[in-house]
Amino acid sequence: MRNKLVYILVFLFFQVISFKLIAQEDQANLSKSNRHCANCHGNKYYSFFNSVTEQDQRKRMNPFFIIDTVAYKQGVHREFSCEDCHASEYNTYPHAPELKLEPKFSCLDCHGGDETYAHYQFEDIEIEVDNSVHKNAFGFQFGCAQCHDLHSYKPVARNKKSLIKEIVSADNQMCLSCHNNLSKYQILTDHTKPELLSTHDWLPNQELHFMHVRCIECHTPVTDTIMVSHKILPKEKAVHLCSDCHSTNSILRGKLYKYTAKQLRSTEKGFYNSMFLNEAYVIGANRNIYLNIISLIMLGGAFIGIAIHIALRIIKKK
Amino acid sequence: MENHKLYLYPVWLRVWHGINAICIIILMFTGLSMQYGNIDYPLIPFKTSVSLHNFCGVVASVGFIVFIVGNFLSDNGIHYRFKIRGLYKRFYKQIMYYASGYFKGEPKPYPISEEFKFNPLQRVSYAIAMYVLMPLVIFSGIGLLYPELIVEKIFNIGGVQLTALLHSIMGFFIAFFLLIHLYVASIGKNPLRNYKSIISGYHESD
Repeated sequence: MRNKLVYILVFLFFQVISFKLIAQEDQANLSKSNRHCANCHGNKYYSFFNSVTEQDQRKRMNPFFIIDTVAYKQGVHREFSCEDCHASEYNTYPHAPELKLEPKFSCLDCHGGDETYAHYQFEDIEIEVDNSVHKNAFGFQFGCAQCHDLHSYKPVARNKKSLIKEIVSADNQMCLSCHNNLSKYQILTDHTKPELLSTHDWLPNQELHFMHVRCIECHTPVTDTIMVSHKILPKEKAVHLCSDCHSTNSILRGKLYKYTAKQLRSTEKGFYNSMFLNEAYVIGANRNIYLNIISLIMLGGAFIGIAIHIALRIIKKK
Repeated sequence: MENHKLYLYPVWLRVWHGINAICIIILMFTGLSMQYGNIDYPLIPFKTSVSLHNFCGVVASVGFIVFIVGNFLSDNGIHYRFKIRGLYKRFYKQIMYYASGYFKGEPKPYPISEEFKFNPLQRVSYAIAMYVLMPLVIFSGIGLLYPELIVEKIFNIGGVQLTALLHSIMGFFIAFFLLIHLYVASIGKNPLRNYKSIISGYHESD
């Protein structure tokens, strides 16, 4: 028993050591200039020499300005240096107050009109965002970065290796980062934050829906031309009709399952390819065409048998 | 021939049968509506179907427990037991009766008595319906009602997917059973006689 405990402790010790090493390695992987910023912005605390009091001082970092360096190194913008997007004057501390006023880049500033990124349809996405409920309410204050964390962004929906579950979770996390976080929500508005559980209490099996479909499934219109719809509709226009998803013409086919359903999609057959869409089961939308045929043959046979029997009974009675 | 009245169906059995029948019919239509529903032609609105299906499913499941306990406490259970040996012969005899003997006015090969309430075909089909189809449909139904109970993946196929498949196949077989059960009950000199006896409890023999 004691031996076991020792083994476990040794194992845990090495786990902690290796984790620490990985974290340090990630920090070390950052470019020199990024490491300079990460010295403060990569941690919860930062220290500096206070020239007024002439003392070393340690302060808490504003949680909104902490950059997860591990996530940064995994994100699509990992090769960028902080100065590529932020003013180089940030190099010194204390940062100059007017730096706060510098306008932030939007995705289009870099990705707009670029053939390399044409398949992402950034321009179409911008039009959709411009017509979304968020943009209408908050104007220029609402940019891409409100939902997409540029410091850690990595494509999930457009990654062929992603499971539907991962797509759903990553996507919903974007909405929840404000709608389930009062302090971030209040950056944009003083409105009372709607309680998601009570505003969705009409939805049967709420938890199941939240886990397996994205918010945008009901809160954006179906578009064929764009991969991920960005036009968030006002709540009155969200999908409320169960059969919009739970039917052969399920809107999910044009939305969530667009990513994997390309294989054997057929409008007449519904999700009969559901066997390949392993993770997805939607009542009313997944129907197995072979089972349908077998059941119809069985029922047809039974009805014919009964009809013949009834006919013989009538004939015999006469 | 003298008319005998046999008391075959005690009150508890008739109450269970009646409630079960209503539930199965509602479950069948709501199930069909959910599975084959279409935005343009919803047989029953989806939300109503879901609530009704859940409610009737629970009632029928409780009914099933009543049936099992009832069979255990009374001797009704013996009517669902059968021997495999000679089953084919007994089936053949009964099928031939329905297919030809019945039209020729031949006597029933397995006349109804208190000891033998069901003919061999009924015995086996009722036993399969009650001891195979019903438990499977109930267990898969509980799984769908509480999906967190279901294994996430079985050989890379979603557990919910397989459970739903099993549930709908069993549901189909029960509906299929119901269709034949309802028709076969009408076979006899008076087509309504069997329907009356499951309400009154008394079976009038020929």
